[in-house]
Amino acid sequence: MKPTSGGATLNGYDVRRQQNQVRNSLGLVFQDPSLDIRLTALQNLSFHAFVYNVPRAVARKRIEEVLRMVELWDRRGEEVRNYSGGMRRRLEIARGLLHHPKVLFLDEPTLGLDPQTRNHIWNYILELRKQENITIFLTTHYMDEAEIADRIAIIDYGRIVALDTPEALKRSVGGDVITLRTENDDRAIEEIREHHHIEARRDSDGLCFEVVNGEEFIPGLVGALETEIRSISMHRPTLDDVFLKLTGREIREEAGGEAAMKRQITLRQAGGRRFFG
Amino acid sequence: MSNLRAMYIIWYRDILRFWRDRARLVTSFAQPFLFLVIIGTGLSSGLALMGGATDYNYIQYMYPGIIAMVVLFTGIMGGVSIVWDREFGFLKEVLVAPISRGAVAVGKALGGATIATAQGLVMLVFVPFVGVSISVAQVFLLIPLMFVFAFSLTSLGILIASRIKTMESFQVVMQLMIFPLFFLSPALFPVERLPSWLGVPVRLNPVSYGVDSLRQAVLTPAEGAPSLGISILGHTMSIGEDVAILALFGLIMAGLAVWSFRNQE
Repeated sequence: MKPTSGGATLNGYDVRRQQNQVRNSLGLVFQDPSLDIRLTALQNLSFHAFVYNVPRAVARKRIEEVLRMVELWDRRGEEVRNYSGGMRRRLEIARGLLHHPKVLFLDEPTLGLDPQTRNHIWNYILELRKQENITIFLTTHYMDEAEIADRIAIIDYGRIVALDTPEALKRSVGGDVITLRTENDDRAIEEIREHHHIEARRDSDGLCFEVVNGEEFIPGLVGALETEIRSISMHRPTLDDVFLKLTGREIREEAGGEAAMKRQITLRQAGGRRFFG
Repeated sequence: MSNLRAMYIIWYRDILRFWRDRARLVTSFAQPFLFLVIIGTGLSSGLALMGGATDYNYIQYMYPGIIAMVVLFTGIMGGVSIVWDREFGFLKEVLVAPISRGAVAVGKALGGATIATAQGLVMLVFVPFVGVSISVAQVFLLIPLMFVFAFSLTSLGILIASRIKTMESFQVVMQLMIFPLFFLSPALFPVERLPSWLGVPVRLNPVSYGVDSLRQAVLTPAEGAPSLGISILGHTMSIGEDVAILALFGLIMAGLAVWSFRNQE
Protein backbone atom coordinates (compact mmCIF):
# COMPACT_ATOMS: atom_id res chain seq x y z
CA MET A 1 0.00 0.00 0.00
CA LYS A 2 1.37 3.37 -0.98
CA PRO A 3 0.71 6.61 0.92
CA THR A 4 -1.16 9.32 -0.98
CA SER A 5 1.46 11.72 0.34
CA GLY A 6 4.08 11.90 3.07
CA GLY A 7 5.38 8.99 5.08
CA ALA A 8 5.09 7.41 8.48
CA THR A 9 6.98 5.24 10.89
CA LEU A 10 5.35 2.68 13.11
CA ASN A 11 7.24 1.15 16.02
CA GLY A 12 10.34 2.63 14.39
CA TYR A 13 9.74 0.98 11.01
CA ASP A 14 9.18 2.83 7.78
CA VAL A 15 5.73 1.96 6.47
CA ARG A 16 6.90 2.17 2.87
CA ARG A 17 10.10 0.18 3.05
CA GLN A 18 9.69 -2.21 5.97
CA GLN A 19 6.22 -3.50 5.32
CA ASN A 20 6.60 -6.90 6.94
CA GLN A 21 8.09 -5.47 10.14
CA VAL A 22 5.31 -2.90 10.22
CA ARG A 23 2.66 -5.56 9.71
CA ASN A 24 4.16 -7.62 12.51
CA SER A 25 4.09 -4.63 14.87
CA LEU A 26 0.47 -3.78 14.48
CA GLY A 27 -2.82 -5.39 15.33
CA LEU A 28 -5.90 -4.50 13.34
CA VAL A 29 -9.55 -4.76 14.17
CA PHE A 30 -11.57 -3.75 11.16
CA GLN A 31 -14.89 -2.03 11.19
CA ASP A 32 -16.36 -4.83 9.06
CA PRO A 33 -16.11 -8.49 10.01
CA SER A 34 -12.98 -10.33 8.87
CA LEU A 35 -13.30 -13.79 10.38
CA ASP A 36 -13.63 -17.10 8.58
CA ILE A 37 -17.06 -17.99 9.89
CA ARG A 38 -16.84 -21.58 8.67
CA LEU A 39 -13.92 -22.23 10.98
CA THR A 40 -13.91 -22.37 14.77
CA ALA A 41 -12.60 -19.60 16.98
CA LEU A 42 -9.56 -21.73 17.72
CA GLN A 43 -8.87 -22.31 14.04
CA ASN A 44 -9.22 -18.63 13.24
CA LEU A 45 -6.68 -17.79 15.91
CA SER A 46 -4.32 -20.60 14.92
CA PHE A 47 -4.34 -19.31 11.36
CA HIS A 48 -3.48 -15.84 12.62
CA ALA A 49 -0.70 -17.09 14.89
CA PHE A 50 0.80 -19.02 12.00
CA VAL A 51 0.85 -16.16 9.49
CA TYR A 52 2.26 -13.80 12.12
CA ASN A 53 5.06 -16.25 12.90
CA VAL A 54 4.14 -16.85 16.52
CA PRO A 55 6.09 -19.97 17.58
CA ARG A 56 3.80 -22.94 18.06
CA ALA A 57 4.38 -23.40 21.80
CA VAL A 58 3.90 -19.70 22.48
CA ALA A 59 0.84 -19.59 20.26
CA ARG A 60 -0.98 -22.28 22.18
CA LYS A 61 -0.57 -20.44 25.47
CA ARG A 62 -1.28 -17.10 23.97
CA ILE A 63 -4.46 -18.25 22.23
CA GLU A 64 -5.82 -19.52 25.51
CA GLU A 65 -4.84 -16.26 27.19
CA VAL A 66 -6.59 -13.99 24.71
CA LEU A 67 -9.65 -16.23 24.45
CA ARG A 68 -10.02 -16.23 28.21
CA MET A 69 -9.65 -12.50 28.25
CA VAL A 70 -12.60 -12.02 25.89
CA GLU A 71 -14.47 -14.83 27.63
CA LEU A 72 -14.72 -17.08 24.60
CA TRP A 73 -12.49 -19.90 25.82
CA ASP A 74 -15.46 -22.11 26.62
CA ARG A 75 -16.75 -21.78 23.08
CA ARG A 76 -13.43 -22.07 21.31
CA GLY A 77 -14.41 -25.17 19.35
CA GLU A 78 -17.55 -23.68 17.90
CA GLU A 79 -17.89 -22.41 14.37
CA VAL A 80 -17.80 -18.64 14.29
CA ARG A 81 -20.99 -18.49 12.23
CA ASN A 82 -22.87 -19.49 15.40
CA TYR A 83 -21.44 -16.49 17.25
CA SER A 84 -23.39 -13.30 17.87
CA GLY A 85 -22.14 -9.97 16.58
CA GLY A 86 -20.64 -9.05 19.94
CA MET A 87 -18.84 -12.37 20.28
CA ARG A 88 -17.36 -12.02 16.80
CA ARG A 89 -16.14 -8.56 17.68
CA ARG A 90 -14.54 -9.85 20.86
CA LEU A 91 -12.89 -12.65 18.92
CA GLU A 92 -11.52 -10.13 16.44
CA ILE A 93 -10.09 -8.05 19.25
CA ALA A 94 -8.53 -11.19 20.71
CA ARG A 95 -7.06 -11.99 17.32
CA GLY A 96 -5.70 -8.48 16.94
CA LEU A 97 -3.76 -8.94 20.17
CA LEU A 98 -2.54 -12.45 19.52
CA HIS A 99 0.87 -11.61 18.09
CA HIS A 100 1.77 -9.02 20.75
CA PRO A 101 1.44 -5.96 18.53
CA LYS A 102 3.00 -2.72 19.72
CA VAL A 103 0.18 -0.72 18.24
CA LEU A 104 -3.43 -1.82 18.08
CA PHE A 105 -5.82 -0.17 15.65
CA LEU A 106 -9.50 -0.46 16.44
CA ASP A 107 -11.80 0.93 13.79
CA GLU A 108 -15.09 1.68 15.52
CA PRO A 109 -14.93 -1.45 17.68
CA THR A 110 -18.30 -0.82 19.30
CA LEU A 111 -20.27 0.18 16.23
CA GLY A 112 -23.70 -1.39 16.11
CA LEU A 113 -23.35 -3.28 19.37
CA ASP A 114 -25.79 -3.36 22.25
CA PRO A 115 -24.91 -1.41 25.42
CA GLN A 116 -23.87 -4.49 27.40
CA THR A 117 -21.47 -5.65 24.75
CA ARG A 118 -20.18 -2.14 24.29
CA ASN A 119 -19.52 -1.90 27.97
CA HIS A 120 -17.80 -5.29 27.91
CA ILE A 121 -15.54 -4.36 25.04
CA TRP A 122 -14.57 -1.16 26.75
CA ASN A 123 -13.60 -3.07 29.84
CA TYR A 124 -11.31 -5.24 27.72
CA ILE A 125 -9.75 -2.25 26.09
CA LEU A 126 -9.06 -0.56 29.41
CA GLU A 127 -7.73 -3.81 30.82
CA LEU A 128 -5.45 -4.09 27.81
CA ARG A 129 -3.85 -0.76 28.44
CA LYS A 130 -2.89 -2.00 31.84
CA GLN A 131 -1.69 -5.44 30.82
CA GLU A 132 -0.12 -5.17 27.43
CA ASN A 133 1.73 -1.88 27.44
CA ILE A 134 0.66 -0.96 23.95
CA THR A 135 -0.56 2.05 22.06
CA ILE A 136 -4.16 1.87 20.99
CA PHE A 137 -5.54 3.86 18.10
CA LEU A 138 -9.27 3.89 18.09
CA THR A 139 -11.88 5.62 16.01
CA THR A 140 -15.37 6.22 17.28
CA HIS A 141 -18.45 8.27 16.74
CA TYR A 142 -19.36 8.20 20.41
CA MET A 143 -18.04 11.19 22.32
CA ASP A 144 -18.34 9.50 25.68
CA GLU A 145 -16.00 6.79 24.42
CA ALA A 146 -13.49 9.41 23.36
CA GLU A 147 -13.47 10.82 26.89
CA ILE A 148 -11.16 8.15 28.31
CA ALA A 149 -8.43 8.63 25.74
CA ASP A 150 -5.12 10.22 26.56
CA ARG A 151 -5.12 12.22 23.40
CA ILE A 152 -7.90 12.95 20.98
CA ALA A 153 -7.60 13.93 17.37
CA ILE A 154 -10.70 15.37 15.78
CA ILE A 155 -10.83 14.71 12.08
CA ASP A 156 -13.14 16.69 9.89
CA TYR A 157 -13.34 15.97 6.19
CA GLY A 158 -10.11 14.00 6.33
CA ARG A 159 -8.10 16.64 8.17
CA ILE A 160 -7.00 16.73 11.78
CA VAL A 161 -8.56 19.90 13.18
CA ALA A 162 -7.49 19.36 16.79
CA LEU A 163 -5.10 17.11 18.65
CA ASP A 164 -4.85 17.32 22.42
CA THR A 165 -5.84 15.80 25.75
CA PRO A 166 -9.58 15.75 26.48
CA GLU A 167 -9.12 18.34 29.23
CA ALA A 168 -7.16 20.74 27.07
CA LEU A 169 -9.74 20.36 24.31
CA LYS A 170 -12.55 21.15 26.72
CA ARG A 171 -10.65 24.14 28.06
CA SER A 172 -10.33 25.38 24.50
CA VAL A 173 -14.09 25.77 24.40
CA GLY A 174 -13.61 28.70 26.79
CA GLY A 175 -15.44 27.76 29.95
CA ASP A 176 -19.03 26.85 30.68
CA VAL A 177 -21.55 26.64 27.91
CA ILE A 178 -24.66 28.74 28.32
CA THR A 179 -27.74 28.05 26.22
CA LEU A 180 -30.45 30.62 26.02
CA ARG A 181 -33.91 30.83 24.50
CA THR A 182 -35.39 34.26 24.04
CA GLU A 183 -38.33 36.05 22.51
CA ASN A 184 -36.09 37.73 19.98
CA ASP A 185 -32.75 36.09 19.23
CA ASP A 186 -31.44 38.92 17.06
CA ARG A 187 -31.97 41.50 19.73
CA ALA A 188 -30.52 39.21 22.38
CA ILE A 189 -27.35 38.69 20.33
CA GLU A 190 -27.07 42.44 19.97
CA GLU A 191 -27.52 43.04 23.70
CA ILE A 192 -25.07 40.35 24.75
CA ARG A 193 -22.49 41.81 22.40
CA GLU A 194 -23.02 45.27 23.88
CA HIS A 195 -23.09 44.38 27.56
CA HIS A 196 -20.67 41.48 27.75
CA HIS A 197 -18.59 41.67 24.55
CA ILE A 198 -19.49 38.07 23.76
CA GLU A 199 -20.50 36.79 20.34
CA ALA A 200 -23.41 34.34 20.83
CA ARG A 201 -24.05 31.63 18.23
CA ARG A 202 -27.33 30.24 17.04
CA ASP A 203 -27.88 26.53 17.15
CA SER A 204 -30.81 24.16 17.23
CA ASP A 205 -31.50 24.91 20.92
CA GLY A 206 -31.40 28.70 20.60
CA LEU A 207 -28.40 30.86 21.40
CA CYS A 208 -25.24 29.57 22.95
CA PHE A 209 -21.95 30.95 24.11
CA GLU A 210 -19.18 30.22 26.59
CA VAL A 211 -18.17 32.08 29.70
CA VAL A 212 -15.44 31.40 32.22
CA ASN A 213 -17.59 31.22 35.30
CA GLY A 214 -21.16 30.36 34.45
CA GLU A 215 -22.77 30.38 37.88
CA GLU A 216 -21.68 33.93 38.55
CA PHE A 217 -22.37 35.12 35.06
CA ILE A 218 -26.02 34.09 34.78
CA PRO A 219 -27.55 36.46 37.41
CA GLY A 220 -25.86 39.41 35.78
CA LEU A 221 -27.02 38.33 32.35
CA VAL A 222 -30.62 37.86 33.43
CA GLY A 223 -30.65 41.24 35.18
CA ALA A 224 -29.21 43.15 32.26
CA LEU A 225 -31.03 41.57 29.34
CA GLU A 226 -34.09 43.50 28.19
CA THR A 227 -35.20 40.81 25.76
CA GLU A 228 -37.48 38.37 27.48
CA ILE A 229 -35.78 35.07 28.35
CA ARG A 230 -37.76 31.86 27.95
CA SER A 231 -35.22 29.50 29.34
CA ILE A 232 -31.61 29.44 30.30
CA SER A 233 -29.29 26.54 30.96
CA MET A 234 -25.64 25.95 31.60
CA HIS A 235 -23.35 22.96 31.38
CA ARG A 236 -19.69 22.18 31.70
CA PRO A 237 -18.11 21.76 28.27
CA THR A 238 -18.15 18.25 26.85
CA LEU A 239 -16.35 16.83 23.88
CA ASP A 240 -19.55 17.36 21.94
CA ASP A 241 -19.13 21.09 22.49
CA VAL A 242 -15.51 20.84 21.40
CA PHE A 243 -16.54 19.02 18.29
CA LEU A 244 -19.32 21.42 17.44
CA LYS A 245 -17.14 24.41 18.03
CA LEU A 246 -14.38 23.06 15.81
CA THR A 247 -16.48 21.73 12.99
CA GLY A 248 -19.58 23.86 13.32
CA ARG A 249 -21.87 20.97 12.46
CA GLU A 250 -23.90 18.45 14.27
CA ILE A 251 -22.43 14.97 14.38
CA ARG A 252 -23.66 12.75 11.65
CA GLU A 253 -22.90 9.31 10.46
CA GLU A 254 -20.50 8.91 7.63
CA ALA A 255 -22.22 9.63 4.38
CA GLY A 256 -19.52 7.64 2.69
CA GLY A 257 -16.16 8.46 1.22
CA GLU A 258 -14.75 11.93 1.34
CA ALA A 259 -17.53 13.63 3.23
CA ALA A 260 -16.86 11.44 6.21
CA MET A 261 -16.49 13.04 9.57
CA LYS A 262 -14.61 10.94 11.93
CA ARG A 263 -13.15 11.44 15.28
CA GLN A 264 -10.10 9.55 16.12
CA ILE A 265 -9.07 8.87 19.59
CA THR A 266 -5.72 7.79 20.77
CA LEU A 267 -5.37 5.88 23.94
CA ARG A 268 -1.86 5.60 25.15
CA GLN A 269 -0.49 3.52 27.84
CA ALA A 270 3.10 3.35 28.88
CA GLY A 271 5.04 1.60 31.60
CA GLY A 272 1.97 0.08 33.17
CA ARG A 273 0.56 3.41 34.26
CA ARG A 274 -2.70 4.79 33.05
CA PHE A 275 -2.86 8.22 31.59
CA PHE A 276 -6.23 9.72 31.63
CA GLY A 277 -4.73 13.18 31.05
CA MET B 1 10.89 -20.23 3.61
CA SER B 2 8.30 -17.75 4.79
CA ASN B 3 6.65 -18.08 1.38
CA LEU B 4 6.41 -21.82 1.86
CA ARG B 5 4.83 -21.30 5.27
CA ALA B 6 2.32 -18.90 3.76
CA MET B 7 1.45 -21.32 0.96
CA TYR B 8 1.09 -24.11 3.45
CA ILE B 9 -1.32 -22.26 5.74
CA ILE B 10 -3.49 -21.01 2.88
CA TRP B 11 -3.59 -24.55 1.48
CA TYR B 12 -4.31 -25.95 4.93
CA ARG B 13 -7.22 -23.59 5.50
CA ASP B 14 -8.86 -24.76 2.27
CA ILE B 15 -8.41 -28.40 3.26
CA LEU B 16 -9.78 -27.67 6.71
CA ARG B 17 -12.86 -25.98 5.33
CA PHE B 18 -13.38 -28.81 2.88
CA TRP B 19 -13.08 -31.35 5.65
CA ARG B 20 -15.48 -29.49 7.91
CA ASP B 21 -17.99 -29.41 5.10
CA ARG B 22 -18.13 -33.12 4.30
CA ALA B 23 -21.80 -32.89 3.48
CA ARG B 24 -20.69 -31.21 0.30
CA LEU B 25 -19.12 -34.49 -0.80
CA VAL B 26 -22.51 -36.16 -0.81
CA THR B 27 -24.27 -33.41 -2.73
CA SER B 28 -21.39 -33.37 -5.20
CA PHE B 29 -22.56 -36.76 -6.45
CA ALA B 30 -25.87 -35.47 -7.74
CA GLN B 31 -24.79 -33.70 -10.90
CA PRO B 32 -22.34 -36.30 -12.25
CA PHE B 33 -24.91 -38.97 -11.43
CA LEU B 34 -27.56 -37.21 -13.50
CA PHE B 35 -25.15 -36.77 -16.37
CA LEU B 36 -24.09 -40.38 -16.35
CA VAL B 37 -27.48 -41.95 -15.89
CA ILE B 38 -29.76 -39.66 -17.86
CA ILE B 39 -27.60 -38.11 -20.56
CA GLY B 40 -25.50 -41.25 -20.77
CA THR B 41 -28.43 -43.63 -21.15
CA GLY B 42 -30.39 -41.23 -23.31
CA LEU B 43 -27.63 -40.65 -25.78
CA SER B 44 -26.23 -44.16 -25.92
CA SER B 45 -29.65 -45.59 -26.79
CA GLY B 46 -29.73 -43.36 -29.86
CA LEU B 47 -26.15 -43.64 -30.91
CA ALA B 48 -24.05 -46.07 -32.82
CA LEU B 49 -20.91 -44.79 -31.32
CA MET B 50 -17.91 -43.91 -33.43
CA GLY B 51 -18.66 -46.57 -35.99
CA GLY B 52 -17.89 -49.24 -33.44
CA ALA B 53 -14.23 -48.24 -33.36
CA THR B 54 -13.88 -48.90 -29.66
CA ASP B 55 -14.88 -51.52 -27.18
CA TYR B 56 -16.66 -48.96 -25.07
CA ASN B 57 -20.29 -47.96 -24.92
CA TYR B 58 -21.28 -44.30 -24.63
CA ILE B 59 -21.60 -44.24 -20.84
CA GLN B 60 -18.14 -45.69 -20.53
CA TYR B 61 -16.84 -43.22 -23.08
CA MET B 62 -18.30 -40.19 -21.33
CA TYR B 63 -17.38 -41.36 -17.82
CA PRO B 64 -13.84 -39.86 -17.83
CA GLY B 65 -15.42 -36.72 -19.24
CA ILE B 66 -17.70 -36.57 -16.21
CA ILE B 67 -14.73 -36.99 -13.88
CA ALA B 68 -13.10 -34.12 -15.79
CA MET B 69 -16.30 -32.10 -15.37
CA VAL B 70 -16.15 -32.51 -11.61
CA VAL B 71 -12.48 -31.51 -11.55
CA LEU B 72 -13.23 -28.56 -13.83
CA PHE B 73 -16.14 -27.21 -11.77
CA THR B 74 -14.54 -27.79 -8.39
CA GLY B 75 -11.19 -26.46 -9.57
CA ILE B 76 -12.47 -23.17 -10.96
CA MET B 77 -14.81 -22.69 -8.02
CA GLY B 78 -11.90 -23.30 -5.66
CA GLY B 79 -10.20 -20.25 -7.13
CA VAL B 80 -13.30 -18.14 -7.49
CA SER B 81 -14.11 -18.78 -3.81
CA ILE B 82 -11.80 -15.85 -3.10
CA VAL B 83 -14.81 -13.70 -3.97
CA TRP B 84 -16.54 -15.27 -0.98
CA ASP B 85 -13.58 -14.47 1.22
CA ARG B 86 -13.78 -10.91 0.04
CA GLU B 87 -17.52 -10.75 0.66
CA PHE B 88 -17.28 -12.19 4.18
CA GLY B 89 -14.22 -10.13 4.99
CA PHE B 90 -11.68 -12.85 5.64
CA LEU B 91 -9.60 -11.69 2.67
CA LYS B 92 -8.73 -8.54 4.65
CA GLU B 93 -7.17 -10.66 7.37
CA VAL B 94 -5.06 -12.41 4.72
CA LEU B 95 -4.07 -9.27 2.85
CA VAL B 96 -2.82 -7.31 5.88
CA ALA B 97 -0.81 -10.24 7.19
CA PRO B 98 2.98 -10.14 6.79
CA ILE B 99 2.95 -12.73 4.02
CA SER B 100 3.51 -12.36 0.30
CA ARG B 101 0.40 -12.11 -1.84
CA GLY B 102 2.02 -14.22 -4.51
CA ALA B 103 2.43 -16.99 -1.97
CA VAL B 104 -1.22 -16.60 -0.99
CA ALA B 105 -2.29 -17.04 -4.61
CA VAL B 106 -0.12 -20.14 -5.10
CA GLY B 107 -1.30 -21.62 -1.79
CA LYS B 108 -4.88 -21.05 -2.87
CA ALA B 109 -4.22 -22.70 -6.24
CA LEU B 110 -2.67 -25.73 -4.50
CA GLY B 111 -5.57 -25.91 -2.04
CA GLY B 112 -8.21 -25.72 -4.76
CA ALA B 113 -6.33 -28.28 -6.84
CA THR B 114 -6.10 -30.69 -3.91
CA ILE B 115 -9.82 -30.46 -3.25
CA ALA B 116 -10.70 -30.82 -6.93
CA THR B 117 -8.46 -33.89 -7.14
CA ALA B 118 -10.13 -35.37 -4.08
CA GLN B 119 -13.57 -34.72 -5.59
CA GLY B 120 -12.43 -36.29 -8.85
CA LEU B 121 -11.18 -39.37 -7.02
CA VAL B 122 -14.50 -39.71 -5.24
CA MET B 123 -16.10 -40.09 -8.68
CA LEU B 124 -14.33 -43.42 -8.96
CA VAL B 125 -17.14 -44.93 -6.88
CA PHE B 126 -19.09 -44.99 -10.16
CA VAL B 127 -16.61 -47.44 -11.66
CA PRO B 128 -18.65 -50.60 -10.98
CA PHE B 129 -21.87 -49.02 -12.30
CA VAL B 130 -20.23 -47.78 -15.45
CA GLY B 131 -18.67 -51.16 -16.00
CA VAL B 132 -15.05 -50.28 -16.57
CA SER B 133 -12.20 -51.80 -14.63
CA ILE B 134 -9.53 -49.66 -13.08
CA SER B 135 -6.30 -50.94 -11.58
CA VAL B 136 -4.51 -49.44 -8.60
CA ALA B 137 -1.78 -48.29 -10.98
CA GLN B 138 -4.38 -46.38 -13.00
CA VAL B 139 -5.64 -44.67 -9.84
CA PHE B 140 -2.12 -43.57 -9.02
CA LEU B 141 -1.75 -42.26 -12.55
CA LEU B 142 -5.05 -40.37 -12.27
CA ILE B 143 -4.04 -38.47 -9.14
CA PRO B 144 -1.21 -36.40 -10.67
CA LEU B 145 -3.18 -36.00 -13.92
CA MET B 146 -6.17 -34.57 -12.09
CA PHE B 147 -3.92 -32.43 -9.92
CA VAL B 148 -2.12 -30.78 -12.84
CA PHE B 149 -5.46 -30.27 -14.59
CA ALA B 150 -7.09 -28.84 -11.45
CA PHE B 151 -4.12 -26.62 -10.60
CA SER B 152 -4.39 -24.82 -13.93
CA LEU B 153 -8.15 -24.38 -13.48
CA THR B 154 -7.94 -23.10 -9.90
CA SER B 155 -5.31 -20.62 -11.08
CA LEU B 156 -7.73 -19.52 -13.77
CA GLY B 157 -10.38 -19.17 -11.05
CA ILE B 158 -8.08 -16.98 -8.95
CA LEU B 159 -7.34 -14.84 -11.97
CA ILE B 160 -11.08 -14.34 -12.48
CA ALA B 161 -11.71 -13.75 -8.77
CA SER B 162 -9.12 -11.02 -8.51
CA ARG B 163 -10.92 -9.22 -11.34
CA ILE B 164 -14.55 -9.64 -10.31
CA LYS B 165 -15.65 -7.87 -7.17
CA THR B 166 -19.21 -8.93 -6.55
CA MET B 167 -21.13 -12.08 -5.83
CA GLU B 168 -23.47 -11.27 -8.71
CA SER B 169 -20.66 -11.89 -11.14
CA PHE B 170 -20.71 -15.53 -10.15
CA GLN B 171 -23.55 -16.50 -12.43
CA VAL B 172 -21.84 -14.68 -15.25
CA VAL B 173 -18.66 -16.64 -14.64
CA MET B 174 -20.63 -19.86 -14.61
CA GLN B 175 -22.40 -19.15 -17.85
CA LEU B 176 -19.60 -17.53 -19.78
CA MET B 177 -16.60 -19.50 -18.54
CA ILE B 178 -17.29 -22.87 -17.06
CA PHE B 179 -19.96 -24.21 -19.37
CA PRO B 180 -18.21 -23.19 -22.61
CA LEU B 181 -14.95 -24.67 -21.31
CA PHE B 182 -16.79 -27.89 -20.54
CA PHE B 183 -18.90 -28.17 -23.69
CA LEU B 184 -16.03 -27.16 -25.97
CA SER B 185 -14.11 -30.24 -24.89
CA PRO B 186 -14.31 -33.92 -25.82
CA ALA B 187 -15.98 -34.66 -22.48
CA LEU B 188 -19.26 -35.73 -24.05
CA PHE B 189 -18.32 -36.44 -27.67
CA PRO B 190 -15.27 -37.37 -29.71
CA VAL B 191 -13.64 -34.58 -31.70
CA GLU B 192 -12.65 -36.60 -34.74
CA ARG B 193 -15.65 -35.97 -36.94
CA LEU B 194 -16.56 -32.49 -35.73
CA PRO B 195 -16.93 -29.78 -38.36
CA SER B 196 -13.99 -27.42 -38.18
CA TRP B 197 -16.00 -24.52 -36.68
CA LEU B 198 -16.38 -26.72 -33.63
CA GLY B 199 -13.29 -28.89 -33.95
CA VAL B 200 -10.87 -25.97 -33.95
CA PRO B 201 -12.10 -24.29 -30.72
CA VAL B 202 -12.24 -27.69 -29.04
CA ARG B 203 -8.61 -28.32 -29.95
CA LEU B 204 -7.65 -24.82 -28.77
CA ASN B 205 -9.36 -25.34 -25.42
CA PRO B 206 -6.79 -26.44 -22.82
CA VAL B 207 -9.55 -28.27 -20.93
CA SER B 208 -9.76 -30.69 -23.87
CA TYR B 209 -6.29 -32.03 -23.01
CA GLY B 210 -7.31 -32.50 -19.39
CA VAL B 211 -10.32 -34.49 -20.52
CA ASP B 212 -8.17 -36.40 -22.98
CA SER B 213 -5.53 -37.31 -20.42
CA LEU B 214 -8.16 -38.60 -17.99
CA ARG B 215 -9.90 -40.56 -20.73
CA GLN B 216 -6.69 -42.22 -21.86
CA ALA B 217 -5.84 -43.07 -18.25
CA VAL B 218 -9.22 -44.59 -17.48
CA LEU B 219 -9.95 -46.38 -20.73
CA THR B 220 -7.34 -48.58 -22.37
CA PRO B 221 -8.23 -49.60 -25.91
CA ALA B 222 -7.78 -53.20 -26.83
CA GLU B 223 -4.75 -54.36 -28.78
CA GLY B 224 -4.84 -52.98 -32.31
CA ALA B 225 -7.75 -50.60 -31.68
CA PRO B 226 -7.09 -46.93 -32.46
CA SER B 227 -6.05 -44.64 -29.60
CA LEU B 228 -8.75 -42.54 -27.95
CA GLY B 229 -6.50 -39.49 -27.93
CA ILE B 230 -7.35 -36.21 -29.64
CA SER B 231 -5.80 -35.91 -33.06
CA ILE B 232 -4.22 -32.67 -34.18
CA LEU B 233 -3.07 -32.33 -37.79
CA GLY B 234 -2.82 -36.06 -38.10
CA HIS B 235 -0.94 -36.50 -34.81
CA THR B 236 -2.65 -38.36 -31.97
CA MET B 237 -1.97 -36.98 -28.51
CA SER B 238 -0.45 -39.19 -25.84
CA ILE B 239 -1.01 -38.74 -22.10
CA GLY B 240 2.46 -37.24 -21.78
CA GLU B 241 1.76 -34.66 -24.46
CA ASP B 242 -1.59 -33.81 -22.87
CA VAL B 243 0.14 -33.26 -19.53
CA ALA B 244 2.83 -31.11 -21.13
CA ILE B 245 0.15 -28.83 -22.61
CA LEU B 246 -1.73 -28.70 -19.29
CA ALA B 247 1.44 -27.98 -17.33
CA LEU B 248 2.30 -25.13 -19.65
CA PHE B 249 -1.25 -23.79 -19.43
CA GLY B 250 -1.13 -24.18 -15.64
CA LEU B 251 2.13 -22.28 -15.32
CA ILE B 252 0.83 -19.43 -17.44
CA MET B 253 -2.43 -19.29 -15.45
CA ALA B 254 -0.59 -19.45 -12.12
CA GLY B 255 1.74 -16.68 -13.25
CA LEU B 256 -1.18 -14.52 -14.29
CA ALA B 257 -3.06 -15.34 -11.08
CA VAL B 258 -0.09 -14.31 -8.93
CA TRP B 259 0.37 -11.13 -10.93
CA SER B 260 -3.31 -10.26 -10.82
CA PHE B 261 -3.73 -11.11 -7.14
CA ARG B 262 -0.71 -8.99 -6.24
CA ASN B 263 -2.00 -6.00 -8.11
CA GLN B 264 -5.49 -5.91 -6.70
CA GLU B 265 -6.32 -3.34 -4.07
